[in-house]
Amino acid sequence: MTTLAATAGRSPMAGMKVYNLKLGMWVFLLSEVMFFTGLIGSYIILRFAHPDHFAEPGVVLNVPLTAFNTFVLICSSVTMVKAFAAIEQGDQKGLKRWLLATIILGTFFVGVQVVEYTVLSHEGFVPMADAYHAIGRGNPETGPAIGGPLYGATFYTMTGFHGTHVTIGVLCLWFTLWRATKGAYTANSYGGVEIMGLYWHFVDLVWIILFTIVYLI
Amino acid sequence: MSTTEKEILHAGGGGGHHEHHELPFLRKYIFSTDHKTIAKQFMFVSLFFLVVGGALASLMRWQLGFPGQPMPGGGILPDAMMAPTPDGAIMLPEFYNSLVTMHGTIMIFFAIMPLLVGVFGNLLIPLQIGAEDMAFPRLNMASFWLAVPAGILMLASFGVEGGAAGAGWTSYAPLSSSGEWTGVYLGQQLWLASLAVLGFSSLAGAVNYISTVINMRAPGMTWFRIPLATWALFITAILILLAMPILAGALIMLLFDQTIGTAFFRPQYGGEPLLWQHLFWFFGHPEVYILILPAMGITSEVLSNRARKPIFGYHSMVLAIIGIAFLGWIVWGHHMFMSGMNPLLGTSFMISTMAIAVPSAIKVFNWLATLWKADIHFDSPMLHALSFVSMFIIGGLSGIFMASTPVDMYIHDTYFIVAHIHYVLFGGSLFAIFAGITFWFPKMFGRMMNEPLNKVHWALTFVFYNLVFFPMHNLGVQGMMRRIYDFTQYDYLQPLQPMNRFITISAFLLVASQSLFVISFFWSIFKGRKATDNPWDSNTLEWTVPSPPPHGNFAEIPVVYRGPYEYSSPESDRDFLPQTEPPRGMPASAPAPAT
Amino acid sequence: MNWSWMLPEGFSTVSGDIDFIYYVILWITGVIFVGTEALLIYFLVRYRHVEGRKAAFHHGSTRVEVVWTMIPLFIVIGLGIMSKGVWDRVKREVPPGGLGYIVTARQFEWNTTYPGPDGALGTADDFSTLNALHAPVGRPIVLTLRAEDVLHSFFIPEFRIKQDAVPGRDITVWFEATQPGEYTLGCAELCGIGHTTMNGAVTIYTAADYQAWAATQSAQ
Repeated sequence: MTTLAATAGRSPMAGMKVYNLKLGMWVFLLSEVMFFTGLIGSYIILRFAHPDHFAEPGVVLNVPLTAFNTFVLICSSVTMVKAFAAIEQGDQKGLKRWLLATIILGTFFVGVQVVEYTVLSHEGFVPMADAYHAIGRGNPETGPAIGGPLYGATFYTMTGFHGTHVTIGVLCLWFTLWRATKGAYTANSYGGVEIMGLYWHFVDLVWIILFTIVYLI
Repeated sequence: MSTTEKEILHAGGGGGHHEHHELPFLRKYIFSTDHKTIAKQFMFVSLFFLVVGGALASLMRWQLGFPGQPMPGGGILPDAMMAPTPDGAIMLPEFYNSLVTMHGTIMIFFAIMPLLVGVFGNLLIPLQIGAEDMAFPRLNMASFWLAVPAGILMLASFGVEGGAAGAGWTSYAPLSSSGEWTGVYLGQQLWLASLAVLGFSSLAGAVNYISTVINMRAPGMTWFRIPLATWALFITAILILLAMPILAGALIMLLFDQTIGTAFFRPQYGGEPLLWQHLFWFFGHPEVYILILPAMGITSEVLSNRARKPIFGYHSMVLAIIGIAFLGWIVWGHHMFMSGMNPLLGTSFMISTMAIAVPSAIKVFNWLATLWKADIHFDSPMLHALSFVSMFIIGGLSGIFMASTPVDMYIHDTYFIVAHIHYVLFGGSLFAIFAGITFWFPKMFGRMMNEPLNKVHWALTFVFYNLVFFPMHNLGVQGMMRRIYDFTQYDYLQPLQPMNRFITISAFLLVASQSLFVISFFWSIFKGRKATDNPWDSNTLEWTVPSPPPHGNFAEIPVVYRGPYEYSSPESDRDFLPQTEPPRGMPASAPAPAT
Repeated sequence: MNWSWMLPEGFSTVSGDIDFIYYVILWITGVIFVGTEALLIYFLVRYRHVEGRKAAFHHGSTRVEVVWTMIPLFIVIGLGIMSKGVWDRVKREVPPGGLGYIVTARQFEWNTTYPGPDGALGTADDFSTLNALHAPVGRPIVLTLRAEDVLHSFFIPEFRIKQDAVPGRDITVWFEATQPGEYTLGCAELCGIGHTTMNGAVTIYTAADYQAWAATQSAQ
C-alpha cells in the first residue's frame, strides 16, 4: 500500500494543484456560463431585432420588488461565506446555523419570484404568444398591450431557469446541512461546503447580471 | 489526512489501495463505476445504435434507388410509414422525412459521439495518464445511465402517433416548431427531450474527462507527454462542455414553442427563424469537431505504433488540435450562407472557414510524414487508420468547395454536402472507430480479434463505402437536392436515376458487409486468442497492465520518463520504448524528472 | 448518365464567374488529392515492413511544417479573395434597370406576382402565376422573396442562384438570364411532406415574346 511518504519526491502532476471536487465544480460552472450566455444572448438578439416587443424598465416588471429580492440573494451569498468560514475554523454549530440562514434566504427569493410571476400573469404578461396581453403595472383592467410575445417568452425562460437553479441550489443546501449534522465536514475536510458555496455564488452572480439586463435596461 | 493529500495519493494510481470484496453482479456489470466497464457499456449500446442508423439509411436508399416502388417486406411496417397498395407497401413522404431526420440524429448523437467519446474517452483517459479511474467514478456511471433513457426516448418516438421527428437532424424552425407544418407532434417533442437528456450525459462526461486529465496524471506525465488520443479527447471534452449548453438553450426554446406556445422562432408572432439557426450551428459546428478530433487522436496512436515510428511533429499535432477546436467556434455561419443572413457576415465566415483548413492540412501532412521511412505493418487497425487518412483527405478537400460562398450557392443543400458529411463522418470518424476497436479490443476484452475476418471486413467496407459516397459528389454537382423524397419529380434530375440505384445497391452491400464485423466481434470475445499485456509492442501506459486491466488499473503509481512515440529509438534494443521504462543507467526507484 | 464533375451548362450572367471558381477549386483540390494519395500509396509500398529494416527515428521538422502550413494558407487566402468579389456581386449589388417581381413560397408551391402594365407592384393590375416564373432574357429580374409558413429555398440550378425564403422577411434575390429557354425552379430546403413536389418552371423569353406573354396574362 502506498503512502504519501513513499511518493515524496515523486510529485504527481496535480495540474493546477486544486483538488478534484473544486476543479470539477469550476469546470461545471463554465458550462453553466455557456448555458446562460445562450439564453441571455438570444434575449439580446431578439430585443435588437424586435424592440417593439419590449418595454422600458418598470413599465411591466416590478423593479422595486425584484431589487429587494436581489438584495436578499446577495445576503444569502454573505451567509454562505459565513458558513464556509465557520467550517474552516471547525465551527460545526456556526456551519449549520449559516447554512440554514442561506436556505431561508434562498427559499424567500424563490417565493418572491413565484409571487412576482403570479402578479405578472394576472396583468397579462405571459409567455404564450397568443395569450400575451400585458397591460403593465398599475394600469386599468384593460388597455392596449405593452410590448409583445417575445418579452414574455424571454423573460420567463431566463428568470425561470435561473429560479430553477436557485431551487436546485436550495435542495443541495439542505443536503449539505444534513451532511453537516452527520459530522461529514471538519476543519480539514470541507470540500463539499466549498463547492456548495461556489455554486451558490455563481447563481447569485448570474442573477445580478440578469437583473441588470432584464429589469434595469 | 486532508482532502488534498487524499487526492494526491489517488492521483497516480494506487490500485492496491482498495480492498475489494467481490462486487455483486449488479454493481459490477450494470451499475459499475469502473471506467473500463462503462466504456464497454457505451460500446454495446452505441454499436446497437450504429446498426439502427444503418437500417434507417437502408430504408432511405430503397426509396432513392427505387422511387415509389413497393418495398419487399415493407408490409410489416405500419400504414403511417408505408402506404399499403395492391402491389405492396410504398414508402410515404412523411416516413422518408423521419428517416432522414432520425438517421442523422441517431448516427451523430447515439452512435459516433458515444463511440468516440463515451467508449474511448472512458477507456483510454485514465489508463493513458496513469490514473486508477476517472476523477468522479459515480458521475461517470450517471453519464452512461442518462444516455440510456435518452436512447429509449429517441427510439420510442417512432411508435407515437405522427411518427418520429421529420424536420431534419438540424430541426430548422419554424418547420420544427409546430406539427401543423410537419404532421409530427409528440415525435418532435420526444426528439427534443431525448437530446436534452443526452446533453446532461455528455456534460457529466466532459466534466469528468477535463478534471481527470488536469488533476490525475501520474508523476512524469507532463502535458507534452500525453498521448494524442488523450489530448484529442481532452480538447473534445472542452468543446462538449462549452457547446452542449448552447444546444440545451436552443432545444428548450424550441420545446417551449411547441408546447407552451411561445414564439421564439415563430415569425407570425414576431419570432426569428434565423435565431434557431445561429444557436443550433453555434453548437453544431463545434459538434462536428467533437466528432472528428477523437478520431484524429486514435489515428495518430495506431499510425505511429503500426509504422513503428514517432508521430511526425507531435507538438504541432497538439497545437493543430487546439487550433481546430478554437477556430471551430467562429465558423458556424458557413452553414448559413444562403439563410438570408447579412452577406457581409457570409464573407467573414468564409474567411474563418478557409482558415480552418490549415490546421487540418497540417495534421494530414504530419500523418503522411510519419509513414515516410517507417516500418509499416498492415494489421487491421492500421488498415482502418490509413483509410481514415485517405478518406479524410477527400472529405477535407470537398469542404473547400462549400467554403467558397459563390460555389456554395450552387452546392448548398445538394448531395455534394451529403458526400462531404459522409466522407468525414464515415470515411473519417467511423474508420477511426474501427481502428480503435480493433486496436484496443485486446486491452478491453483480453483476447485478440479474428484478424483475417477483420481484414475482409475492412476491404469490403472500404470498397462499398466509396462506391456509395463518392458518386454523391457528382449527384450534387448535377444539382440533386438533399432530403428529397422523389427527385424524379424534377425533369433535370431524372437522368440521375441509374446512379442512385447503383448507390442504393452498393449501400445494401455495405450494410451487409458489416455483419462480418459483428461476427468477428462476438467470436473474438469468446474464441479469440488470449491477449498478452502488450500485443502491439506499444509505448503508452495502458499496455503496461494486464489485458484486461484489474480494477484500479495500476498496482503501483506509474512513473513516466518520456513521450509516447519513441518507436525505433536507438536507446532501445527493441523497436519500442515504453513511457514508463526507466532510462538506461537509472535505477527504477529514482525520483521522477521535474514537472 | 450525366454524372460527371463538369457542371451542367449555366445560363445566367453570374454562372460563368461561379463556375470558374468551382473549376479552379476542382483543379487545386484535384492536384492535391492525386498528389497526397499517390504519396500515401508510395509510402505504403516503399516502407512496408521488411525483415531487418528499422524505421527512421525522426520526430519532425519545424522548417518543413512551416512550409506546409504556409502553402495551404496562401491557397485558401487566394480562394477567399476570388470568391468575395463574386459573392458581393450576387448578394450585395443589385444591378440597375431590373424588373421587379414578388415570389412567395409556401407549402408546397411557388407564387410569382408580376407588376402588370403599370409596372408597379402592389397595384390592381398585378397578376400571378403558380409554380412558374416568366421573365425576359437579358434584363435583371429582381425578386422580393417571401415565405408564408416555413423556410423554403429558391433554387434555379441553371442560373446558379439559391436563396432561402424566410417567413417574416423580405429577401432580395436577382438574376439575369442569358438565353431564352425552359429552366427549373426547385425548393432546396426541407419544408415538409410535400417538399419534393415543390418544383416549378422558369420560362425565359426574348423581350418581344415576353411582352406578348405579359399582355395575355394581364388580359385575364
